[in-house]
Amino acid sequence: MTTTIESPDLIEPEEPGGPDGHGHGELAHEEAHEHHGPHGILNWLTSTDHKVIGKSYMITALVTFFLSGAMALVIRAQLANPTSSLVNFQTYNELFTMHGSLMLYLFAGPFAFGGLANYIVPLQVGAPDMAYPRLNALSYWLYLGGASMMTLSFVVAGGAASFGWVAYAPLSNSINSPGAGTDMWLMSLGLTGFSAIFTGVNLVATIFYLRAPGMTMFRVPIFSWNMLVTGILILIAFPVLFGAVVMLFCDRHFGTHIFSVQGGGVPVLWQHLFWFFGHPEVYILALPYFGIVTDIIPVFSRKPLFGYRGMVFATLSIAALSTGVWAHHMFTTGVVLLPFFSLLSYLIAVPTGIKFFNWIGTMWGGQVSFQTPMLFSMGFLFAFLMGGVTGVLLASPPVDFMTHDTYFVVAHFHQVLIGTTVFAGFAGFYFWYPKMFGRMLSERLGKLHFWFLFLGFWITFMPQYLLGLKGMPRRIADYLTTNGWTGLNQLSTVGAFIIGFSFLFFFVNLVSSWRKPVAAGDNPWDGGALEWFTSSPPPHHNFTHLPPIRSERPTWDYNHPEHRKDESHGDKRHREHEKETETVGASS
Amino acid sequence: MNAFTNGSPTPLSDRDRTAADTPETPAAGRRWKRWAAGLAVAAPLVLGGCNFYPSYGASRGSTTQGQDTFKLYSGMMTTGIIVGGLTGLLILYTILRYKRRSETMPKQFHESIPIEILYTGIPVLIVAALFFFTVITENKVDATVPFAAKVTSTGSPVVDVKVTAFQWGWRFDYPNDNVSVSGDVTNGPQNHGPQMVLPYGQTVQVTLVSNDVIHGFYVRDFNFSRYALPGVVNVFDLNIVRAGFYPGQCTQICGLYHSEMLFSVRAVSPAQYQSWLQSEVASGHTMKRTPEPATNTPPPYDHVTHSNALAAPASKKGSL
Ligand code: HEM
Ligand SMILES: [Cu+2]
Ligand SMILES: [Cu+2]
Repeated sequence: MTTTIESPDLIEPEEPGGPDGHGHGELAHEEAHEHHGPHGILNWLTSTDHKVIGKSYMITALVTFFLSGAMALVIRAQLANPTSSLVNFQTYNELFTMHGSLMLYLFAGPFAFGGLANYIVPLQVGAPDMAYPRLNALSYWLYLGGASMMTLSFVVAGGAASFGWVAYAPLSNSINSPGAGTDMWLMSLGLTGFSAIFTGVNLVATIFYLRAPGMTMFRVPIFSWNMLVTGILILIAFPVLFGAVVMLFCDRHFGTHIFSVQGGGVPVLWQHLFWFFGHPEVYILALPYFGIVTDIIPVFSRKPLFGYRGMVFATLSIAALSTGVWAHHMFTTGVVLLPFFSLLSYLIAVPTGIKFFNWIGTMWGGQVSFQTPMLFSMGFLFAFLMGGVTGVLLASPPVDFMTHDTYFVVAHFHQVLIGTTVFAGFAGFYFWYPKMFGRMLSERLGKLHFWFLFLGFWITFMPQYLLGLKGMPRRIADYLTTNGWTGLNQLSTVGAFIIGFSFLFFFVNLVSSWRKPVAAGDNPWDGGALEWFTSSPPPHHNFTHLPPIRSERPTWDYNHPEHRKDESHGDKRHREHEKETETVGASS
Repeated sequence: MNAFTNGSPTPLSDRDRTAADTPETPAAGRRWKRWAAGLAVAAPLVLGGCNFYPSYGASRGSTTQGQDTFKLYSGMMTTGIIVGGLTGLLILYTILRYKRRSETMPKQFHESIPIEILYTGIPVLIVAALFFFTVITENKVDATVPFAAKVTSTGSPVVDVKVTAFQWGWRFDYPNDNVSVSGDVTNGPQNHGPQMVLPYGQTVQVTLVSNDVIHGFYVRDFNFSRYALPGVVNVFDLNIVRAGFYPGQCTQICGLYHSEMLFSVRAVSPAQYQSWLQSEVASGHTMKRTPEPATNTPPPYDHVTHSNALAAPASKKGSL
């Protein structure tokens, strides 16, 4: 197990069921199973390989993304004029509920932790698969069930859920929302909730126990670090959501009165439970995407990450704080302790700021090239900066009183969410696509995608801040000509369609990469983490051999031996301790 | 608002000009002096006047509470623009400055503890300051006249209004004067829903409740919103500062006709308010006579007829 640090020779990867003999039993079994298993589509469907499951997750999540994006365009078209008659009130309410629900529960999270992380994390930590491959497969199938359930609720009698993605009681009870659509919405949350929990378990176990020899915790790439923290947050947040969903279901069907005043219940309890899940959820959605950008920027700057430890510290403190700020979504209820939740919310700005400066510090003094993944990462920086600044304003209860439930908030959370899930999400997609499929995407089409998206993004969401300040509430299907909101709404709609248009370049790019493939090679971007060491796409159990791991960029160290000296944090003392740490890391 | 006009540089008289101390280039010196004088007049006016608080698209507030909130908002927005702007410029500068120009390998540095401490410490100070101002404003906005003070107060008595939000309308009860006004979505949006008439220059204490689902009481010009939450009685004070028509609307999704749940506030002088109360009593808008609006029974909704029938004139009202 101990590796010779000074030699650049390759080492054998840790075999499944390796020397320490425990923890990998299931893996060893899976391997045998895979090799003799079925082929073709059946192989795909029954696979427990994290790469296959990751791709299935990504494809499903992207389908929900485009479905939900199409709904957003219908909503925007409806709002383009004050008395538009494109959809009626009921359909409008269903549309924004489904748009938000699909985006948050079925796209943003699953795309990151079920898709990208599932595929990339085992590669980054040098593991042959996730810790529990069958649980991983179960997670995907639950997710697919949840996604289908949510989407299909549109066609049942009474239509889909129509109370917004937060389902506040008592609007979501059986009197106000009697339809089966609501029950399907709840069941979908149950299913995807469990799929998230299983993936969370898998991520935590994989990162803690399946790291390659030599990979100490402080050599785990930041994307995987963030996925570890995300996994922990999932385990904190999703069980609470599930509990709340079960309670609401009981209220609806079994005569309990947990959330109804008439029976002695407390409606606002739903909000507490929901947001105790909901705010950590915001970071479950954000941390993976922070991780993506943190992995991309050093590669395209040809430098190591600036402030690696600061980054880990920032991620941990964001996660810790995120469990104590839930009631900042409830400032206007009049029943929460304002200063406490305000202070903690403000404090989150500090670690987030640290991240920004670390990203800038990484580019500082580098040789920064702006290929598509880097361009999207820059889009993320600007979008998230704007959304983050307005987020700090909302941490102030009086300012929240004046903007709550108006388009100001809609603009804020879209800038944050699109910054992360779309800009950073597609940065990751463009970055890792060559690894996953062994072929390149066109730079020209990628850049066109970026610039149209970037343009559309600002045109769509900047006017919405003004709309909010001019008093336009969210979740309304029409407004009065005399409100004076028409022009800004039309601008916003134009922007939304530019965003929609930008994705045409993405589709063309995908299609042409299959029609006229350009081979990617193992490491097209000169990446530093372990995933760039293996072939593209990686072989069945990921690695045939591994480089020695003495920093968070083992592949880079291996390819640039002349710069190795600067690694190990340039600290001589540190290097002397290296051998010791190595052994500890390997036996953990 | 007058800061710009008052503060524009005042032209100096000829006598001042000749008296002006002249360095090498007399003209330049004079110009400098003139600007200095202008600035000396303008700066305090600009800084002290209302332009110290740019509006950034928001209402400056028509209640004292709304004005306080506005000032906090404006100050925070200015801070946000400065901090966010500097960060954005720094990113832009880094992008342009370190764009790849050659294939040489840059220096591989990892960290710089002093700089990292700096950019942890400064944000802590900024948010500490923001939190400080937040708490001050929050206490002002949230302050309510306590019940004991209300009954004994002389001079400017507190006006009590009970606001009941329901699917989909509002009822405004004036318990001390036995007046009740209500209206719902069937009235159509033309007159912006039921109207709450209030006096300016007096403290108005609103008691906000809901008997069905959650609604949001929101008036843009008051820079304020609060949930009408079943099972909770929310109380807040409004001190309206000037006469006016202030549109309001429900901001929390409350079902089918959430979009149409409008209301308005009309602020009048205390004398006009008294005569309005009397005319309401005379026309029978008393609390006993206004029936409790039916709640939790959605009006039959026609999935074929378009919702915007609501926006159409009276003839369509029946279809609700
Ligand atoms: C791609 C461009 C997008 C456009 C044009 C768009 C547009 C909209 C619109 C018009 C609404 C309705 C606002 C309202 O009526 O209150 C909305 C709501 C929402 N959107 Fe988006 N959206 C986009 C992308 C996203 C993404 C990527 C996410 C999350 C990852 C997202 C999450 C939400 C959420 C959570 C809501 C609130 C739903 C609710 O009120 O319950 N959106 N969006
Ligand atoms: Cu939150
Ligand atoms: Cu409403």
